[in-house]
Amino acid sequence: MTIDWYPLLNSLRIAAISCVLVFFSGIFFAYYAHRLPRTVKGLLDVVLTLPMVLPPTVCGYFLLLLFGAKRPLGIFLAQFGVKFVMTWYGGVLAAAVVAFPLMYRTARGAFESFDETLAYAGQTLGLSNSYIFWRIRMPACRQGILAGTVLAFARALGEYGATSMLIGYTPGRTATISTTVYQLWRTDDEAGALFWVLVNLAISTVVLLAVNLLEDKQRRGAKR
Amino acid sequence: MSLIVDIRKRLGDFTLEAAFEAEKGITGILGPSGCGKSMTLKCIAGVERPDAGHIELDGVTLFDAARKIDFPPQRRQVGYLFQNYALFPNMTVRQNILCGLRRENSREARERRAREIVRLMRLEGLEEHRPAQLSGGQAQRAALARILVSEPKLLMLDEPFSALDGHLRDSLKLELRDLLKSFGREVLLVTHSRDEAYDLCGRIAVMDAGRLLTVKPTKALFADPGSVEAAVLTGCKNIAAARKTGPYEVEVPDWGVRLQTAREVREDLKAIGIRAHYFSPAARQNRMRVRYAEEMEEPFELILQFRTEGQSPDSPPIWWRLPKDKRPQIFPEEIGINPVNILLLY
Repeated sequence: MTIDWYPLLNSLRIAAISCVLVFFSGIFFAYYAHRLPRTVKGLLDVVLTLPMVLPPTVCGYFLLLLFGAKRPLGIFLAQFGVKFVMTWYGGVLAAAVVAFPLMYRTARGAFESFDETLAYAGQTLGLSNSYIFWRIRMPACRQGILAGTVLAFARALGEYGATSMLIGYTPGRTATISTTVYQLWRTDDEAGALFWVLVNLAISTVVLLAVNLLEDKQRRGAKR
Repeated sequence: MSLIVDIRKRLGDFTLEAAFEAEKGITGILGPSGCGKSMTLKCIAGVERPDAGHIELDGVTLFDAARKIDFPPQRRQVGYLFQNYALFPNMTVRQNILCGLRRENSREARERRAREIVRLMRLEGLEEHRPAQLSGGQAQRAALARILVSEPKLLMLDEPFSALDGHLRDSLKLELRDLLKSFGREVLLVTHSRDEAYDLCGRIAVMDAGRLLTVKPTKALFADPGSVEAAVLTGCKNIAAARKTGPYEVEVPDWGVRLQTAREVREDLKAIGIRAHYFSPAARQNRMRVRYAEEMEEPFELILQFRTEGQSPDSPPIWWRLPKDKRPQIFPEEIGINPVNILLLY
């Protein structure tokens, strides 16, 4: 039997690209949110965290409202040949929206526990603000940011609800591992479903092992 | 060459108001925790912005609210030793020191000056250590090294000894005193310890509840603190409300006595203070009849507490501090105080 590896490729690229997007946007929002006045921060926090507590299908519904082929934004984007509905990169959008709060919240927690006197010390020594951010603040918050990234990647890889709403399931075009598992199970291909379950399990295990190794190495480095 | 500060900043219901000048040498800022000492330093460093006022260092205006001048901290050339030393935990001692040398362009010069300061601050062998591996004293030296290589025009130390064990403090105090002497510029030292302030600072600014009360030469401040807050901070244990009854006489209602003073009393007198060391059974003036109340023992000194005959019951007992070997056999019935030792507090 020949295996169609498309779902693996598609899932990995969706997870990887959305993870990169979420990494930077999550850090950006986390950094600016943690220094906002309390009331504004509370409001922004609710909006940015909603995708985490809403059912993913509801997120998908809102995405369709925004980007649907007959919606203003969808029509506008279609002029540039960008179509988020029923395309693989629509899956990137869906995964990013759902995974974003995980990155945002963990990174914000890390930034909040950062000892601000380190930044002050850097400033009085004449270090530029971007040097302080990348070389002092980020390394100090490394644990939280790494944890957020892993969570976001895992969530993006396993995204089903919003993805199936926005891009559906088309073999060879929009199929991801999780939509394939459901589709094969639904069509009584139990062995096929199990195969993709095992593939997913393998990826998740490898990711978690890599993270643990990385953390160990850094811990040893810090102690040296 | 001097630092001129005149700033106001509101933080909730707390208002910081600080106006003082500091010359070359060490100026202490003495005050209880939470009185705004650190906030004052942060405003001078530029990491906090005052609402109004003016900050000038060596003739350069660093901040002026009215003229909209506000130098970023990077351009102020102010060295700031934080209470926890704020060494970057992800960098080695050497990398931390190199952070203070970023203004130096040549790599060779950076390395050379880092080596020099490592030797000067006795950090040899610790260059590749991380801050977490340093002892309190080493961390302080590393943080000072990092600041000194950046050649600040002003050095500010925020409670430099609070993170250290008691037995380390005294030896490090001597070390720091020598180092600061050789620094040869303005130094601000924030502390809540009167001993540190007395020992290290030529002048002391007293701060309380966000307000800077007085700036005086250290000896003058201890001899005549001038206000109740300053008397408390300089360690005066016996303070009681008082009012003027003559040009050189005050009445202390709580103690039921009238006392002669050496200094002329002003009309707006609020209280008097008597340091616990200055009572004497042999003093001929200001004698009062007293009763033994309680005592506290310290390693080398004794605190005998007594009440005057007419003392109101809700006023605290009076402290008399004396060396252990000077303890009287029988507690005296009368005790006196030299008028010179009565502090007039306004």
